[in-house]
Amino acid sequence: MIRDQEFLKDIASYCIENSKKLGATDVGVKVIHSVSENVSFRNKKLDESNRADSFAVNLTTYVEKKKSSINSSDLSKSNLEKLIERCIDATKITPSDENNSLPDKDLMSKEIRDLNLYDETHYPNDKKIEFLKKVEETASKDEKIVNTEAGFTENKNNFILANSNGFLGGYKTSNFSSSCVAVSRINGAMERDYEFGSTRFLEDMMEPEEIGKIAADKAIKKLGPKKIKSERIGVIFDKRISKGILGTLASAISASAIARGTSFLKNQINSEVFPNSINIIDDPKIEKGLGSQNFDSEGVETNSLKLVENGILKNYLIDTYYGKKLNLKSNGRSGGTTNLYFENGILSFKDLLNSEKKFLYITETIGHGGNIITGDYSVGASGFMVEDGELTYPVSEITIAGNFKEMFKNITLANDLEMKYSTNAPTLLINQMTVAGK
Amino acid sequence: MSNFFKETDIDTSQAEAIVTETLKNCDDGELYLENHKSESIVLDDNKIKSSTYNSDQGYGFRAVTGEVVAYSHSNDISKESLRKSSDNLKDTLKSKKGTYNHEIPKTNSKYYENINPIESKTFDSKIDLLKSVNNYLRSKGSIVNQVTANFLGEHKSIEIIRSDNQILKDDRPLVRFNVSVVLEKDGKKETGVYGVGGRQSYDDYLKDGSWKDVCDEAFRIANVNLESKPAPAGEMKVVLGPGWPAILIHEAIGHGLEGDFNRKKTSAFHSLMGQQVASEGVTIVDDGTLHQRRGSLTIDDEGTPTENTVLIENGILKNYMQDRLNARLMGTKSTGSGRRESYKHVVLPRMRNTMMLSGKYSQDEMISSVDKGIFAVSFGGGQVDITSGKFVFNCTEAYEINNGKIGSPIKGATLIGDGPSILKEVSLVGNDMKLDPGIGTCGKAGQGVPVGVAQPSILINKMTVGGTKL
Repeated sequence: MIRDQEFLKDIASYCIENSKKLGATDVGVKVIHSVSENVSFRNKKLDESNRADSFAVNLTTYVEKKKSSINSSDLSKSNLEKLIERCIDATKITPSDENNSLPDKDLMSKEIRDLNLYDETHYPNDKKIEFLKKVEETASKDEKIVNTEAGFTENKNNFILANSNGFLGGYKTSNFSSSCVAVSRINGAMERDYEFGSTRFLEDMMEPEEIGKIAADKAIKKLGPKKIKSERIGVIFDKRISKGILGTLASAISASAIARGTSFLKNQINSEVFPNSINIIDDPKIEKGLGSQNFDSEGVETNSLKLVENGILKNYLIDTYYGKKLNLKSNGRSGGTTNLYFENGILSFKDLLNSEKKFLYITETIGHGGNIITGDYSVGASGFMVEDGELTYPVSEITIAGNFKEMFKNITLANDLEMKYSTNAPTLLINQMTVAGK
Repeated sequence: MSNFFKETDIDTSQAEAIVTETLKNCDDGELYLENHKSESIVLDDNKIKSSTYNSDQGYGFRAVTGEVVAYSHSNDISKESLRKSSDNLKDTLKSKKGTYNHEIPKTNSKYYENINPIESKTFDSKIDLLKSVNNYLRSKGSIVNQVTANFLGEHKSIEIIRSDNQILKDDRPLVRFNVSVVLEKDGKKETGVYGVGGRQSYDDYLKDGSWKDVCDEAFRIANVNLESKPAPAGEMKVVLGPGWPAILIHEAIGHGLEGDFNRKKTSAFHSLMGQQVASEGVTIVDDGTLHQRRGSLTIDDEGTPTENTVLIENGILKNYMQDRLNARLMGTKSTGSGRRESYKHVVLPRMRNTMMLSGKYSQDEMISSVDKGIFAVSFGGGQVDITSGKFVFNCTEAYEINNGKIGSPIKGATLIGDGPSILKEVSLVGNDMKLDPGIGTCGKAGQGVPVGVAQPSILINKMTVGGTKL
């Protein structure tokens, strides 16, 4: 059972009062309880069950402009008392920084809207097992599938965020997720692919048969890949990975990267960064949204932001600390983006594939080859060749490389956006990247 | 006697009774208790950006029968919580029957001292050192655009209570000190990162001004990169420098030799035991017993003493890395490779310090044998797809080789290869094996654990370099 708000509030208040008593001038605290149950299957048999019951307290104390933090999983008051003392001691001898402070009072979230983020339904492990059996039965139908793994996780979470300026808020959230990994084999060589679903409400979960089928189909399609010649070519990013481009944008326009001067998009505010057909939105108030929130990790009200409008960079992602450095107000993005997405493009998926004679279609990238400072990008990739609009053969052991500044300006979007994750993008074409192969 | 029940409503013998009762029809399992203290102090942009102290304690209760693992963890160490976990485990395994394997090897060896690095250096002196790092690097001139430096220290105490009332204990210190510098020249910005660490106190790595060496190395790398040109694209010869570039070994073959992937037959290596998987002259070990190294452990997270496991000997695949579960199911013994990130995580077979041993060639011989290729000296991270065997890693310092001579530095590029075949492409093994500086963290199934790597310089006949220049 997830603990109620009163229980968490009591601990939050205890932390604030005791910190003040020991000399803190300001205090921020978050108290979290989460319960998670996971069942996993392998080759149609139970493999693992895992139950997690976790508490956490994150406390930050200020003495004027000095700041220090502690985190603990032990909520007993005797433990908290010792840790608060330790935190205040450290705060007093930490050098001060004029930008350290709680958020401005008038920016704080005033009311908590029910965004439909909590489903109290408990899905017992027996039901999870039935679900996973169906996933794996579907996934293993084809004899080319030699291994399947599937998992179901149910997560319930409750939290309170409070500070010494009187802010106190929190709410419950839930998450159900299910995944299937399928391994295919032909002539001794294996390929692996997956499908994954994640929802706030149990009733919105994909059908188990669908999860199993997609994972198996994708793994089979990848069999017998070729390595292609190095060349400059248009690269299409499958929806599963096109959202990664938005992740890069989010890192590059975070106030910390801008203030520290370590972003390839520094000084690009109000400049054209994407083609003028492109709009990028971050909306925290989507009902049942996986990235939805009432306020950010400092308690600041968050509202929908147009990050990019008609190709022009309009907003950074700003928290209190780096906002002060930049002389900008927090826009409720401490903790990053919420539900981030590209607005749909014009071309259908099919038309995009047909827009040139030949493309490379990428379904997976590996490695961490993006450099936010220079914009240089180089990652391992696998996918398919597209010829005359058709996926012709699988491709692997290649890399794709470019520079984000140039890549952003050469993006064409399809119109197949789906809101499946917290960050979502339609299928996306980047005209001309360098592919390294043979 | 356990140290974990002092301020709780349960004592050691009551906990032991719950463990014994829960595991009586199981093949294996234990109650794992952990107390973890850690700190992070970060200097960034001329300021102390954050100072954080973390205190975490909890248990992970595991029951294993056949291939099934039941796990329950909580940070509430109490009679009620343990009972609830026990019920949960018994319910998962209710239709199974196993025989508890009591055998667990003993050890008197210790590969690190029980010190708490957080307490063994004062907070003030850590702050002072971070400020000195900032001043030292910024005094190198106005091209220094940004300096970040941080201390990460931890002390972890673990206890493993097995079904026969055996209690196995370990106390593990770990530190890491990192410096990152951004240089700017003629509108171009580049980063250099360097760090040191291991299972000793901070001062063992930083005394006598050796922190300046860390700063100098970060500065040198950034400076080299300021002069870098676009990297080439395509297949070519690659010379890897000694030390940290051994993450190639870690990604390319290390993960593929972990017991779980081979038992499940999802590793590209699962049918290759006893076969030639590398060129002659290539020997690779995974060693948990090196003193004070980041990847070393006195006992693993199931209580098995670690060892030096030979993975590949003179090109022949000899052993996988095993935890107790996978060893039992594959009819072999644990190699002391059962690890978990924390009490919140199940045990998996993992690497410790993965090393390719020295051969007989000099680095100069390798470079002078290459007409066209690259010389890779330092890397960022890497990743592998276990099943297809494809792996990547990112160069953070690399040079072109033209006609046997080192040329200009090149921009960071990803290198991609195929795990099962890459070691057959190793044509020369150097005589200069070096350990990495103690900074590696390996991720698997969402769990990060500290690891080490080592290798000599090696020449690889053919790898794909993912640059932009055709």
